[in-house]
Amino acid sequence: MFVRCMRHSLRNLDILLTAVMQPLATLIIFVYMFGGAISGGDANYINYVVPGIIILTVGYCASFTAISVNTDLSKGIIDRFRSMPISRSSVLTGHVLASVARNCIATLVVVIVAIFMGLRFTAGPIEWIIAIGILLLYMLVITWLSVFFGLIASSPDSATTVGFLVLILPYLSSGFVPTDTIPGVLRVFAVNQPLTPIIETLRSLLIYSSVGEHLLPSVLWCAGLLVVTYIGSMVIYDRKVKN
Amino acid sequence: MNQNGTAIAVNGLSKSYKDIKVLKEVDFTVRTRQVFALLGSNGAGKTTMVKILTTLIKPDNGTITICGFDLGKQEQHVRECISLAGQYSAVDDALTGMENLIMIGTLRHLPDKKQQAQQLLDIFGLTSDADRKVQTYSGGMRRKLDLAMSLMGNPSIIFLDEPTTGLDPQSRLSLWKTIKQLVKSGTTIFLTTQYLEEAEYLADYIAILNDGVITAEGTSEELKKIIPGAAIEFEFHEESDLHKAMDLLKDYDVKMNKEIFALSVSMDDDIEQLANILNTLKNNSISVSRFEQKLPTLEDVFLTLVDKN
Repeated sequence: MFVRCMRHSLRNLDILLTAVMQPLATLIIFVYMFGGAISGGDANYINYVVPGIIILTVGYCASFTAISVNTDLSKGIIDRFRSMPISRSSVLTGHVLASVARNCIATLVVVIVAIFMGLRFTAGPIEWIIAIGILLLYMLVITWLSVFFGLIASSPDSATTVGFLVLILPYLSSGFVPTDTIPGVLRVFAVNQPLTPIIETLRSLLIYSSVGEHLLPSVLWCAGLLVVTYIGSMVIYDRKVKN
Repeated sequence: MNQNGTAIAVNGLSKSYKDIKVLKEVDFTVRTRQVFALLGSNGAGKTTMVKILTTLIKPDNGTITICGFDLGKQEQHVRECISLAGQYSAVDDALTGMENLIMIGTLRHLPDKKQQAQQLLDIFGLTSDADRKVQTYSGGMRRKLDLAMSLMGNPSIIFLDEPTTGLDPQSRLSLWKTIKQLVKSGTTIFLTTQYLEEAEYLADYIAILNDGVITAEGTSEELKKIIPGAAIEFEFHEESDLHKAMDLLKDYDVKMNKEIFALSVSMDDDIEQLANILNTLKNNSISVSRFEQKLPTLEDVFLTLVDKN
């Protein structure tokens, strides 16, 4: 199943390209265009902002899974898969694994470009491992969320609404600016939403080389959301295919 | 796996969608190594039947045994011995023909998937197109690949849901020939179709599904006795000719159609009989304006069955 989805990805490379271009454009805009104003001339703004950009990339790339799942469901081949002795979740899992593979490639490209732009890590091997672990966990969560939206959407076009969510949320967090500079209600949202601890953890691991105090909330948020999105997806999948 | 030569045993199968009863207490048996055709018009419930038998949807009532396994309790075992080639070709457009076959081989854990795939491509004449994306295939080729994918792993029972609907006559004939060959190798085939001639050509046993129940079943020969056969319709210029002909041909099984001055004589492709009739008419100076062979349609079948009931 994974191989099947990977073949689909490789034959649709323009999707991968779009997934990378958007975050890269944002990176360039924020660091070069806005960076001076936001950071007050701090040359390390790029280090501050990259974790948020990575989260943006992961979310955006994952959102394409919604479309591929939605279009897959409308094809006759799903009936064939369901009448074969394979596990119920394998169709969706194939999509998820291929999406994560695509995501890793996209994220790597963005990080490499950021390095060229001046990004510097101070993380040691242990911090790297934890950071990659958190990132993979987040990738899984967002991908399953994407799958869920793909399943409930009535057409491939409406399946893209999850993309909107994942594009906006990183801005309403500590990804681009410290939360204490965000006014009122928005600050409350930014402080309490799951992306903030995730971004803070990534930041402290990669830039400050310490685990930071947000690791536990990050893991808990991710684990909880993963369970919810996975179960939600399986339930909707069952309902949809029995149409 | 198979008990006493029974591939599929269905008892009291019922299925409703909202308030509409699609299948009402249906019973039938499919023997192994047989081509069983479920004949019915659009909306009769054929696809629902196939979906239930291939584990895609659950029936409301009924006991169903496939390959000796209970459909309700041993679903995965049933899936191991069946294969589905649905109405809308169940093939992956973005992959090549060979990739599609290999994928099925991998999912079914077949140790010799490459050989089987190659063999099937040869049988279906798709070898030269094996490395092209299925997107580029014609309708007939897609159906063939669909069938080939269903054959990976040599399942005991293959379900074909309206396999030739929408195909041009050439592709249809080609597919029929392939299906005939399949049966020789021992696979049981459950076929649904809306075409009487398809059922007659391919099937060893036919069940007619109408309005959610099986109104008639039997071998092709048995059914021919109760359903209308072919006829030749002769059209005349004048009503007087029509009556004269009616008189002359009264020993045949004839029906009159006064509106178009036509006489319908029940007969198969019997050239001698046709020649005799034409000569009789000619010798009596009755000129025929037109004659045409009329094959029974599914509607004719249903009408006859309804009359009988």
